[in-house]
Amino acid sequence: MSKQRVVVVGNGMVGHKFIDNLLQDTKADEFEIITFSEEPRLAYDRVQLSSYFTGATAADLALTDEGYYNDNGVNFVLNDKVTELNTSDNYVVTASGRKESYDKLVLATGSFPFVPPIPGNDQEHCLVYRTIEDLEAINASASQSKVGVVVGGGLLGLEAANALKAAGLETHVVEFAPRLMAVQLDEGGGNLLRRKIEDLGVNVHTEKATTEIVAGETCRYRMNFADGSHLETDMILFSAGIRPQDELARQFDLEIGERGGIVVNDFCQTNVDNVYAIGECALWGGRIFGLVAPGYTMAKVAVSHITGGEEKFLGADMSTKLKLLGVDVASIGDAHGNTPGAQSYTYNDEIEQVYKRLIVSEDGKKVLGAVLVGDVDAYGNLLQMMLNDMDLPENPAGLILPNTGGEEAMGLGVDALPETAQICSCYDVTKGDIMAAVANGCTDMAAIKGETKASTGCGGCAALTKQVLDAELANLGYEVKNDICEHFAYSRKELADIIRVKKIKTFDELLDSHGKGLGCDVCKPAVGSILASYWNDYVLEEEHMGLQDTNDIFLGNMQKDGTYSIVPRVAGGEITPDKLIVLGEVAKEFNLYTKVTGGQRIDLFGAQLHELPIIWKKLVDAGFETGHAYGKSVRTVKSCVGSTWCRYGVNDSVGFAINIEDRYKGLRSPHKLKFAVSGCTRECAEAQCKDVGVIATENGWNLYVCGNGGMRPRHADLFATDLDDDTLIKYVDRFLMFYIRTADRLQRTSVWLENLEGGLDYLKEVIIDDKLGLGAELEAEMAANIGNYQCEWKTTVESSEKLKRFQHFINSDDTDSNLAYVVEREQRRPATKEERIQSVELVD
Amino acid sequence: MSNWITVCSENDLTPSTGICALHEGEQVAIFFCGKNKEVYAVSNFDPIGEANVLSRGIMGSIGEDVVVASPLYKQHFNLKTGECLEEPEHTLKTYPIRLEGGEVQLQAA
Repeated sequence: MSKQRVVVVGNGMVGHKFIDNLLQDTKADEFEIITFSEEPRLAYDRVQLSSYFTGATAADLALTDEGYYNDNGVNFVLNDKVTELNTSDNYVVTASGRKESYDKLVLATGSFPFVPPIPGNDQEHCLVYRTIEDLEAINASASQSKVGVVVGGGLLGLEAANALKAAGLETHVVEFAPRLMAVQLDEGGGNLLRRKIEDLGVNVHTEKATTEIVAGETCRYRMNFADGSHLETDMILFSAGIRPQDELARQFDLEIGERGGIVVNDFCQTNVDNVYAIGECALWGGRIFGLVAPGYTMAKVAVSHITGGEEKFLGADMSTKLKLLGVDVASIGDAHGNTPGAQSYTYNDEIEQVYKRLIVSEDGKKVLGAVLVGDVDAYGNLLQMMLNDMDLPENPAGLILPNTGGEEAMGLGVDALPETAQICSCYDVTKGDIMAAVANGCTDMAAIKGETKASTGCGGCAALTKQVLDAELANLGYEVKNDICEHFAYSRKELADIIRVKKIKTFDELLDSHGKGLGCDVCKPAVGSILASYWNDYVLEEEHMGLQDTNDIFLGNMQKDGTYSIVPRVAGGEITPDKLIVLGEVAKEFNLYTKVTGGQRIDLFGAQLHELPIIWKKLVDAGFETGHAYGKSVRTVKSCVGSTWCRYGVNDSVGFAINIEDRYKGLRSPHKLKFAVSGCTRECAEAQCKDVGVIATENGWNLYVCGNGGMRPRHADLFATDLDDDTLIKYVDRFLMFYIRTADRLQRTSVWLENLEGGLDYLKEVIIDDKLGLGAELEAEMAANIGNYQCEWKTTVESSEKLKRFQHFINSDDTDSNLAYVVEREQRRPATKEERIQSVELVD
Repeated sequence: MSNWITVCSENDLTPSTGICALHEGEQVAIFFCGKNKEVYAVSNFDPIGEANVLSRGIMGSIGEDVVVASPLYKQHFNLKTGECLEEPEHTLKTYPIRLEGGEVQLQAA
């Protein structure tokens, strides 16, 4: 039997999906495929198009390649548009005159951007946003422009605005409707989105109808609006919606909808035998589906019909979740509450800029839709509840109210989902599919993605997929693997136990007895830290050298240009004028950029390798010690001035801060440690956002633990109250050593506590009540550590052998010729790439 | 016949760490593996962080490949081929290197 010829017109995302599905089909052998594209390349990911502006290449966006098509016998013709269609003799003709007959014809011609018929819209810098070629044109135009306008405030328009903003242009969005994303968002959501986008520096103009584009006065063009106002711009991007690309079908007698689109039935058949239409060019039930997921479903349905199956396309959910200009936006189902009798709950937080509206049925039992702006965490839950027609919980408002702590966040939990629940809409993956994949041995996200393709499309379902995976793993009794890296099948905690119990003193000893390979930049510093925590050798002993990050080897913080910063210890933030003068003199002599840190110290930037020992010699001679700012170790103990000067202070916070900083300085730990001591409850030292916080009371000290500032702030927990000095030190000794023993690599105390089984109460039992009987052991380990303290810089500058490393070249006294600086606000800083190219006035 | 140029002594090498040598006007990062006693030489310039820092990275292995991790942004470079594991569009120049009579030698161009 000869093969049936399938001609696919258009090789976009949906056209390719059709081909891919047909190739995967058991009857694939019965078909010969040929596909045409008017674009110069095979299918690529149009959904991720804007990533092209943040560094993705055409190759990154590609969904397939010529090799795959060649290997599977797919004929493809690029740069050649199909221009003629003969449905009585079953053939197509291309622009180049090529004629191909078909048994089955699949039209996947997609859509084209709608450009409003405005006089002057055809000028050189008036562009659209759909193909990679369009992006290249936008790039070229942006490089000659200062101001850019996007016409259209919908989803694609805002993507395009992001592109212009990324290109460094003053960016405007002009929208005809009264609000942004009018299709997906209600008024409240649209208003907040506008506010957030304007905060990002994008100018939004709504209710503007452009009447003409003429020559500008301050820019290349001027757009005149119907209300008499105008806007000057150098380039214009039209993104005012899409229109189905139905030209071919229109010319050759296929049934077309009133407002365009090739009419198809539930099998994606057109009104002509053996001709199918799928994706954005197809009109089903009077609707065009402008998202990729429904297009993929149509591709599947068409393959099914061609191979004798009976799958049907029955419409698609158009809910979306995405990030526009960095703003999270989601729209579910009936977002406008158009269903008769629909009621709604609204949560509008103008301070945190979060808007959520939940639309429910007349009887208040079902989710009909939702709008989420600024916080879209509820998307997965709400979408599943709607799609699976699940009953709302007793208090539906809880689904959109913020989690104010205490209670578990309100959610339905993946266990409540039926197995038929669709988790990934791009690839139509259900909860049951994921469960089956787990049962077949997939135990991590990478495996799930490979097996089911879930969350490999838009990625919006990644969190939900992970939840299903984790829940299923737990149900099957899997233990979640916590190996530190490929070289050791142990967690950091287990490695710490091995090192302590077996008294292992070097990395090689540990690798030989418990690991494999050579180690890596993950396990080496972690083991180096554990070794230092327990045995506290000089970190630059030869056998430990290879374990250390560059910061630890050269005892400074590497900056972006390869130079280092220098932070001497200023315990408690107390410094004499003489010492301050020394710092100033050293900074001046070596022309170091100088800045005061958040930890009440002075940071000196821009020291080259060979300068480090010279600078530190001067500092050590003047009585400074290293501040360990480079290490995963105790950093600073911040203090307020306390009772010695302050009218309100009830205890000597500076004195106590200096005590504990001297006690724990240099202590290596899984991550950096920051402390603070406040002299009264006014808390000027901000102790409650520190790993260890101490606040003076009338009756002694209150101890707080496991707070954090920075990336993920957490208030510290009150651990014990009204302590005397010795008891407080005892608790802190035990606390720190217990953390060092049990935490994961790079796990701050805050996260460690949150993951500690039994939580704060358990920690109190271990530290205060000594439930595990470890107290004395932990204190002894700390005492040994303190006893072995040495200032690494003092040791280093006293050893000529160690100093040999502090030279850029082993065989030359030259220095790195790549360094270049400019002066800003009377100090130097590294030159940017542009400044180097333009070679503006560089200084040494 | 190829010429070998001595850049330093074997004693200057610390196992499992790197050093930087100036070789015919170029910065070369040299690594010595304590386990297999092999030496490796690649360009010292990190093409991603755009600074001369690779000799100061941590040496290790990923699978069978002996690698160095950039101290700036932690990408791994294969010390034999120069290829970047995370961003394969970047490849470091590699240099022929040998240990000869207690000396570390690079080949003249």
